[in-house]
Amino acid sequence: MNLAELVFVVLSVIAVGSAVLSMTSHQLVHAALWLVVTLGAVAGCFLLMTAELVAWVQVLVYVGSVVVLVIFALMLTRQTGGTTAEVTGNRWIAAGLGLVAAVGLGATMIAGFRGQQIEGRRIGTAGSIGDALFNNWVLPFEILSGVLLAALIGAIVISRSGSDR
Amino acid sequence: MSLLYPLLLSSALFGIGLYGVLARRNAVLMLLGVELMLNAVNLNLVAFDAWFADQLHTGQVLTLFTIAVAAAEIGLGLAIVLALFRAVRTVDVDEVGR
Repeated sequence: MNLAELVFVVLSVIAVGSAVLSMTSHQLVHAALWLVVTLGAVAGCFLLMTAELVAWVQVLVYVGSVVVLVIFALMLTRQTGGTTAEVTGNRWIAAGLGLVAAVGLGATMIAGFRGQQIEGRRIGTAGSIGDALFNNWVLPFEILSGVLLAALIGAIVISRSGSDR
Repeated sequence: MSLLYPLLLSSALFGIGLYGVLARRNAVLMLLGVELMLNAVNLNLVAFDAWFADQLHTGQVLTLFTIAVAAAEIGLGLAIVLALFRAVRTVDVDEVGR
């Protein structure tokens, strides 16, 4: 096990541990903040897999804006009155299904890709990703901007329509 | 680096996210579980891209697209949750279902 693998394993342990804390925490804001730790550790994993640009986009979009948005939503929908348990009654079924999904996917991955190595021959710098994006993936990129615009307008319409009633 | 490390990490994150979506009562925290599952998918895409050393960087470009779609999804999802909260004064999915 070389240094990169050691760092990757440490980041994986951090990511999985904080993901479990995020999904089981009874404090709502703590759950969102533990998710920041998970997403940051995953960004570190992207860096170790030579995906520079994706790692920084992850930090900017996920850690920067998505989590802030979630914290805003948590504070806007804060319920007054008695606090209830934060998990549904079927949490053991949910835990079983999650375990089955994780073990099943993991077993498939081990069966299919045991012994394969990432060599990092093509590093995902901003330059090389930009070349690929604007030479070969322009049409999906443009369609995606339409999707983002539609989502933005939809979010504004949905959040305005209830307020004037 | 062995390809299995990122693949197993993404399997674990997907399972945890699935548990979160199914077990949480708060609708905002259900969306957090969805984000975690999307991140597991991103991890897979980047790992396979780096392993395949793709000339077109398909996996990493698709990861950027997934991140943008996830941002759109969380924006719309939170708007729906806020509309729900305004209508019934709760975001507890058990009580909304009743």
